Amino acid sequence: MSKDGSAGFLTTRLQDFINWGRKNAMWPLPFGTSCCGIEMMATLCSDYDMARFGAEAVRFSPRQADLLIVAGIVNSKMAPVLRHVYDQMSEPKWVMSFGACASSGGIFNVYSVTQGIDTILPVDVYVPGCPPAPEGVLHALMRLQDRVQAGDTLAQKREAALKRASKVLGG
Amino acid sequence: MAENRVSRAGLFEEVKVLERKPSDHISIERDPDDLWGDSRVIVNIGPTHPAMHGALRMVAKLNGETIEKSYCEFGYTHRAKEKLGENRTYHNFIVYTDRLNYCSALINNVTYAMAVEKLMGIEVPQRCTWIRMICCELARVIDHLICVGINAVDLGAFSFFLYGFHQREEAYTLIEKLSGARLTTSYTRIGGLMADAPEGWEKEVKDWVKRTRKVIDEMDALLTGNRIWHQRTKGVAVFNREMCMKYSWTGPNARAAGIDRDLRRDQPVMFYKDVEFDVPTAQNGDVFDRYLVRMEEIRQSLNIIVQCADKLKPGPIWVEDKRVRIPDKDVVANTMEGLIHHFKFFMKGFDVPAGEAYTCFEGGNGELGFYIVSKGGPNAHRMRIRGPSVWHYQGLTPMSEGQKVADMVAGLGSINVIAGELDR
Amino acid sequence: MDARTQVPTNGGWWLDKWGTAWKEQIEKFRARFGADCEEVRFPGEYPTDVPILYVKKERIVEVLSYLKEETGFEYDFLADITATDEEAEPRFEIVYNLASISKVWRIRVKCRCPEGQEVPTAVSVWPGANWAEREIFDMYGVKFSGHPDLRRILMDDRWVGHPLRKDYPLKGYQIFPTPMAPRPELLED
Repeated sequence: MSKDGSAGFLTTRLQDFINWGRKNAMWPLPFGTSCCGIEMMATLCSDYDMARFGAEAVRFSPRQADLLIVAGIVNSKMAPVLRHVYDQMSEPKWVMSFGACASSGGIFNVYSVTQGIDTILPVDVYVPGCPPAPEGVLHALMRLQDRVQAGDTLAQKREAALKRASKVLGG
Repeated sequence: MAENRVSRAGLFEEVKVLERKPSDHISIERDPDDLWGDSRVIVNIGPTHPAMHGALRMVAKLNGETIEKSYCEFGYTHRAKEKLGENRTYHNFIVYTDRLNYCSALINNVTYAMAVEKLMGIEVPQRCTWIRMICCELARVIDHLICVGINAVDLGAFSFFLYGFHQREEAYTLIEKLSGARLTTSYTRIGGLMADAPEGWEKEVKDWVKRTRKVIDEMDALLTGNRIWHQRTKGVAVFNREMCMKYSWTGPNARAAGIDRDLRRDQPVMFYKDVEFDVPTAQNGDVFDRYLVRMEEIRQSLNIIVQCADKLKPGPIWVEDKRVRIPDKDVVANTMEGLIHHFKFFMKGFDVPAGEAYTCFEGGNGELGFYIVSKGGPNAHRMRIRGPSVWHYQGLTPMSEGQKVADMVAGLGSINVIAGELDR
Repeated sequence: MDARTQVPTNGGWWLDKWGTAWKEQIEKFRARFGADCEEVRFPGEYPTDVPILYVKKERIVEVLSYLKEETGFEYDFLADITATDEEAEPRFEIVYNLASISKVWRIRVKCRCPEGQEVPTAVSVWPGANWAEREIFDMYGVKFSGHPDLRRILMDDRWVGHPLRKDYPLKGYQIFPTPMAPRPELLED
């Protein structure tokens, strides 16, 4: 209990519980465009089995997903589409940048390729590799889960800031 | 009534209801599924729709469930590989060929290497050629497994896909032993290979072939006689022989329509003259026939792999040509001249004599061609890549005319459009 | 490649196998088209793998349908259409790679096109030429007269410039705030 009588202790524990629930039930939206999409399918398949981490419920509708996996190239024609998809997702949402092309443009420093999706939307975790091996993807997912548990992802910070703001404005 | 309806066909959709004209009922035959009398809507499917693999887009005018008219768009994964071919050296461009048809990257590597070798007049040693042939057939098996697997997933047969994908993982282990990478291999070099096959590799390949034969039989038993699969695929998305000729279809898709053409047999490169294999063809050109042709081609490819593995003998994998031979590491590390050679080779590249050639090979999807125009420098003047998927995808519009949306999805899965090769 | 080089087995046997057939074809072709066949480059004399026929661009459709239908030629399969930017006058060369399904042989037809001029479309001969020609328009800005639907294909409709021209910068990136809208007008009967 804090000095002013609010139940700070209880809310943090509750937040931990919520985070635990969130991290173990991520529903990915596979935005697979090219080579990385094939490796993402391999990660979801039986040999690597992303279901072990609670992320097997693949949803192609952005309304139902909370983890946007951008696997593969995003070029200037695709970039507005990606932003459109991201905007439709409901909070809290996380973004995984899968592979070198999505993270930085990779070996394609050319007229058509967006040099990293972080130029158009916020990214929580990057997976290097061209394409990354499925082990790398699982590692990235676990790192993201750690961050979700600790509550230091962008989406959770946005959420906390909104809460603080509403407290100030409402109080 | 029709104004308020919203289609859920795409994530990213815009629906426009056409104005109703009194003459429509006379001119258009009514669809039996059309409950509303006249409900023609324009639906945008893709580019992030799950049925449009990769990043394809189709805008279709639907009459009920039937596609009346449509047009397709692509370019959502355009990576400017042709421009890069003009700006990178011939050696640098090898890595970009992986990302063409990423399901069968090894075939692209080999075809590109052959294209440049043809321009330079290089003939690679025997062992190199045999390894390249095994690589091509391994890649073809993987490509077909992905195609039939994903086609089945699109139509709801998920376990079939898992069988195929497990076998594919094992094939990737073999490729990893060869090149160090799973998907994007960059295994060939101009005039040779990145590395020799490890000891005992051919034996492992043969074991894999044995296991794969069994799995293919299981997959066959699972789907080929399945009544639901028959009803879902027979007579669906038919593309007959004349249409295939008009739209320049090649590979398994054209063979399913009765065009008996396989570049491995008709224009034999490497040692395809010395191995025995059949070219399966079918007559109807529907989804089921494409599936059958691919399944049979997997079996034929497995036969070729065994024959090649038997003929693999120890020997050099590099052509002894000063122009293209990458200097050995001990020479580079120990001698000044070697280091200079190494530096010059990788920084400046080697000159390819002026000339032009169109080199084609039977890729996973059909005729994969590299049309290279050289003006004598270390960069190509023009690097044209003929991806078979472009021509196949172009046929989707006439193919899906008058079909249901769900049948269009079946048809698209069966022609195996790969975005990397489509957009280049 | 040097015209005298012995071309290796991967494709080199074409000249041995079809050399005489090609010579006959070219003789017949020259007799039919006369001065409209501007130039012939034959493998062995020029560094190429198959013969190249340069024709006047006004007669390209006639040439293609002649090659497709005439007995002794039977180039009934369009392998590829592409273009090159020669950085000289005339600037562009349109390249038609043809093949024959029954006879297996191949040939290449080219026509030269100065900047700003149009080439007749080959859609009437091969409907599949549609997208290849759109791609040439997109990448090089060469227009095809009589084409049913000539608009950009790989790049966005709002794109400025033609990327595969030699004077277009490799890193000339452009981005647009909204996705490409559907075009219902293309779907009208």
